[in-house]
Formats: sequence, C-alpha cells, structure tokens
Amino acid sequence: MNARHIASRRDFLKQTLSGAAVLSTCSGTGLLAEAEQRPAQAKSQVVIANDALLRGTGSAVDSQRILALLDRAVQALFDRDHPLEAWRKLVRPGELVGVKVNTLGGRGISSNPQLVAAICERLQGAGIKAGDIVVWDRDTDELERAGFHVAEGGNRVQCYGTDHVDYEQDLAEYGSVGSRLSKILTRRSDVLINIPVLKDHDGAGVTIALKNMYGVIHNPNKYHPDGCNPYVADLNMLPEIRARMRLTICDATTAMYEGGPGFKPEHSWECNSLLVSQDPVALDYTGWQIIERKRAEHGLKTLEAEQRAPSYIATAADAQHRLGTNDPRKISTVEI
Amino acid sequence: MVLDVEEGKSLGMSSERGVSGCGFNRRSFLKCALASGAALGVSEMANPATGISAATEQEKQDDARFIVEAKFYQKLPNRKIKCKLCPRECTVGDRERGYCGVRENRGGAYYTLVHSRVCAAHVDPVEKKPLFHYLPGSLAFSLATAGCNVNCKFCQNWDISQSRPEQLPAHYAPPKSVAELAKQYACPTIAYTYSEPVVFSEYLMDTADAGHEAGIRSIVVSNGYMQEEALKAAYGKMDAVKIDLKAFSETYYRNVVTGQLKPVLDTLVTLRKMGKWTEIVYLVLPGMNDGDAEFRGLAQWIKSNLGADVPLHFTQFHPEYLLKNLPITPVPTLERAKAIADAEGLHYVYIGNVPGHPAQNTYCPKCSHLLVERAGFTANQMLIRKDNCCPFCRHPIPGIWHV
Repeated sequence: MNARHIASRRDFLKQTLSGAAVLSTCSGTGLLAEAEQRPAQAKSQVVIANDALLRGTGSAVDSQRILALLDRAVQALFDRDHPLEAWRKLVRPGELVGVKVNTLGGRGISSNPQLVAAICERLQGAGIKAGDIVVWDRDTDELERAGFHVAEGGNRVQCYGTDHVDYEQDLAEYGSVGSRLSKILTRRSDVLINIPVLKDHDGAGVTIALKNMYGVIHNPNKYHPDGCNPYVADLNMLPEIRARMRLTICDATTAMYEGGPGFKPEHSWECNSLLVSQDPVALDYTGWQIIERKRAEHGLKTLEAEQRAPSYIATAADAQHRLGTNDPRKISTVEI
Repeated sequence: MVLDVEEGKSLGMSSERGVSGCGFNRRSFLKCALASGAALGVSEMANPATGISAATEQEKQDDARFIVEAKFYQKLPNRKIKCKLCPRECTVGDRERGYCGVRENRGGAYYTLVHSRVCAAHVDPVEKKPLFHYLPGSLAFSLATAGCNVNCKFCQNWDISQSRPEQLPAHYAPPKSVAELAKQYACPTIAYTYSEPVVFSEYLMDTADAGHEAGIRSIVVSNGYMQEEALKAAYGKMDAVKIDLKAFSETYYRNVVTGQLKPVLDTLVTLRKMGKWTEIVYLVLPGMNDGDAEFRGLAQWIKSNLGADVPLHFTQFHPEYLLKNLPITPVPTLERAKAIADAEGLHYVYIGNVPGHPAQNTYCPKCSHLLVERAGFTANQMLIRKDNCCPFCRHPIPGIWHV
C-alpha cells in the first residue's frame, strides 16, 4: 500500500537532542534543557514526535495528521527519508505481526484506533498481508469500548482479544513471574509492535511500554504488589516476549499525569505526541519524566514523594535484565 | 469444568452421578461405596436437571448475575477503594482488580465478579478436605470459583486459583440451587474449597444461609488469610473449618506463599474463640518447611494457643505449578513431623496423602484404641459413641462425629 503523506525527514527533523529528557508539555515548546543537548552517539534513541495541530479545530485526532506524525517519528528513529524504508527495517513479508494495544481505560485513554490504523497501513506498505496483522489486547469487549472494530477471519487486519483464543496451558517462567501467555502472542505473532499509552498508575507509578505486557498474561493481578517491581522487568524477560519485541510506539496523543490507570479527564491532557523507540526502558524513563513535569505544572508531588516512583524501570535496566537503559546519559532523545 | 483436586489428585471428569446406594450406618461400620478418590462427578452440571446451567460465552464475560457489590471494602478519594477482606488490603483504582483477580473497582465501588459463578463442583468424601473429626464417611457437595488471595508456588489447583473468572468456563449456581443439589446428592454438607473461599466470601455466606435453611451444613477449606471482621462474618456461618497453615515461618510465607504467617495464626485463634471446629493441614515440602525446629515450634504454638485437641495433618507434597523441581515428600519426613508433634503433646496428629498409612486413623489418646479407621478417603470403621466418647474408656473425643 502506498504512503498517503510522506514528508522528507529533513523537512521535519528540527532538533536532535540527547540526555535526561525532562520534558514539559509534549507539543509546542522546546522540551529539553539546553545543558542536556548533546550529539547522539550509539545511545538508545527515543523519538518524541509532536503535532500541535493533530486535532485540527476539533477534539478528535485527524487521521491524515496522525499518519504524518507516525511517519516523521519512525523515519527519525531509523534515519530514513521514506517511512516504508523504515518499516521494512522492522518487518519482512510473510511475518505475522501482533500490534499490542492498551484498552483498559476505555475511549478516553486507550491506544488511538486511528494511530493503529496508520500503523497497520504502513505494515501493509512494507509487505505484510492484512490478514497477517492482528491488533489485540486482553479482552475483546475492552477493544470495542476503546473504539476498535472486531474482525476475525478473511483477508483483513484482524482485531480481537485473547478471550477469543485463550492462553497457553503451560506456564512461562522467569524470576518472580510464572504465567500463561496469550496464544495471540505465541501463535499469531512473529513480531510484536507495542502500542502503550502514556499514563499515571496508582500502584506502578507510570504505565507505559514495559507494563503494557501485563495484557499478555493470564494473571496480571498477581504482579501489582511492591509497585510491580520486579514483576514488570521479569515479565519482559520472557523469551516469548523479548524475542518478538521490535518497536514501541507510545500513544501520547492524550496522556494522564494522575489518577490512573482508569481514565480521569480532569487529570489528562492533549499531549499530541508519539514516543517511539526500540528500547522500552529508555522510552519508559523518558515518558516518566514527561509525566513528572506535568505533575509539577499542576502542583502535584513527584511520584518519588508519593512513594510510587516506577522502580521497575531501573530493575529492567539492571545487570540481570538488560532490557534497555534508564541512564539519561545513554538515552538520545530526538524531539521533532 | 469439573475438577476433583483435593490433596493433589486430579481425577478428571466423571459421568457417574448420584450417591444413592452409599448408605451409612454409623452405629456399626461405615461401608461407603466410595473408593478413595472415586468421587462422584457432577460433570453434567450443564444438564438442566441438575439445576445448574452452563454460562454461555456471552455470560462468562460480563453477566450481571455474577456481579455483586463486595461486603468488605472502604471507599477512598479519586474513585479508589481499599479492600478489607484480607490482610493484603489492596488499594484498587478504577477499572482495576485486586490481587485475587475476582474483585473489580467500577467507578469507585468494589464488586465481586464470582457470586454464583462456579468453575468447579464435585461430590467428595469429607475426608478428602481433609476433615477427620467431622461427620466421617459423609459426603460434601464441594464447589469453587476462580481466584485466590495468595500465590503458593506449590498450588495443586493453580489452573483455577490463579485464573480470572472470565478465563474459566463457569456455571451459574445461585445459593438455593446449591443447597438443593447438595440434598439431591445426599450431601449433609456444602464445602467451599479447591481455590480460596476467602475471595468468594459473599457467595459463601449466601450459600451457607441457603444451606442452613434447607438443613445442609457448610464447611470451608481455606488459607485463613483474612481480616478479622470478614472472618467473623463469613466463617461465622461455617460448621467446620480447615485451615492450610503453609509453614511456621514468615520467610516462607513471604517467599513461597506471597502472604504472611501472623494473620493466619490470628485467624486460628479467632476461630478458636468463636468455637468453630477447626482442623489444620500442614503441607510438608522437602527442604522448604521440614525442619525439626519448625515442626516443634508449630506444635508448641498449637498446643499453647489452640489446645492439644486440634487435629493437625502433615500431608505429602507432590510437585506442581512453580515447584516441579522438588521431589515428593518422603514418608519418613512426615513421620518425623508427626513424632515431634506427638512428643509435644498434640493428641490428634495425622499423616495425609499417603494411602494406607496407619497415621490416617484416629486413636483414643487415653486408651490408644483404634476409633476411626480410614483407607484413602474412605472411613471404614467409626466407633465413637453418640456422646462423642471412646467406647472403650469413655474418654471424650473432640469433633462433630454424628449428624
């Protein structure tokens, strides 16, 4: 499928920034402190793509602009002039691609269906058959409540929850985790594209990329004590997840700085951004800083002060896990 | 789904139905036709004749019949709640569930998702719970819902206890129908078992009430990890209680059970004060909770806090769930545990999961005569008098021996 709106990377790549990205509101103003701007060298890259006009004059995300935003982000991450060149670095024709969304929060704070449609369009453009793509989460009803249309069978993008296919009978185990995995992951996905949202979580501190894998297992309720630490990190170590994970595209079109994980409109804001990275730890760290900055703007305590800092992010980066880096000196944040 | 899973036995589904012909005459010998483990299946529960209908696919997800506001929780600001059912005291945000996975915050109110939502049901000998001093030779209509408030690495029934309700085939079994079924299957007792009844307390309470109205008793097989108020309200409706005391060590509870020892000990003391007939099971894991000092500490604590007459069952572990690497508990280890507890002065110490072992029998602590002879889950001989005394020396034998 051809690209609908393809921009030159040079047209939009306005800043290449690195360092501890303590970010303010996502779109519009410059987000990184001057002192922390450094050239990116062999670091984990996190692209933050913004579009202040993402919604035009209305409140809904514009489908053309979200596709353009996605293209800019992915092109920047892979340093390509054409979005399909970037996607071809991620997937190969014949692969089964699972697009894991997050729909727990309903329409207010779930992965945006238009963003997911744009991703599926690009996957097809890169040679993936529509029927080889499955958009999924834990529960089909939750997918529908978030605005997705369930589709099973035929040569079209598939969309359904694990409740339609069940979990594997055998346990997958690592460290503190022993869980049954969704058959969508194990049997319908060679490649995993993770589409979390950016939001506060009352127990974990934040829930972004790493914690979105709680929707892959049958017993997420067992892994919320102690701020989800070390459970989140251990879960992401499961070979069935780690070997498939290719890319995280965090939907921050709407984000939430307090009151999560359920949708609280009074604590959400139109961030109009995407965070894209192949390092989920770096992405989570970056997203966490965005949420902290927003909390500060609203006069709220830091998550640390509320004793719910997302400690699992550091665990995911430690020597036992090495799922990515949470060291701001090793994160190159590119804001476009 | 029908499971027969007490004591690590997964006996699968059975099409055998009904218990007629299993008549008891407790004045002489109990010759129950039920062989060990040959519990009667209620696998045809979907049959309308049984009174329990299978939930449809649609019903399994969000059927309002299963969803009842929880009894034990506290509302918090920002649409959060704090669960007051067990010592974990989960603080649960809107749209989230507690640790048990069967209670959900919906807009700031907390709901159980498993009222009348039975994922396992079976007719078992009461010895299988195990309760040895409670109506020996009788049957218990046994049921479970999904969910548990701990996560024991050795769980024999993890496929239901560690699942969320929507992940399991369910049957709609309202309290009155359970009571009717118990009568239909000649069960004097309803047993709440297999998973963890703490997490379906509301259903347990309503079913116990329905049972009592129909002349059916209730017993519960539980980890005892429960807050006192909920314990008194829910288990106050029970006629007998079996508590799984997983170890006598906080470290073990933290690392292997994902819980705490102290609240379980508090539960045992509270049950004692409530006058509930209580038996204790201690599953012995090789190298994990089988030290002499732990056995001795356990026995001393029981004697000091509950009395010497509380039955204590040391049961054999079979590798399962997250501890498949461990061996089966050697029988000499169980015998060592019993010897220590006997020496500390406990009167009724049993060895379980070892069919044919003489320590499955009940002996008079005064005259040492055999009073109840068991083979597997079958009580072959029951000599205790109607006045609950030994027929040989008239020593009182504690328990609920006769209907």
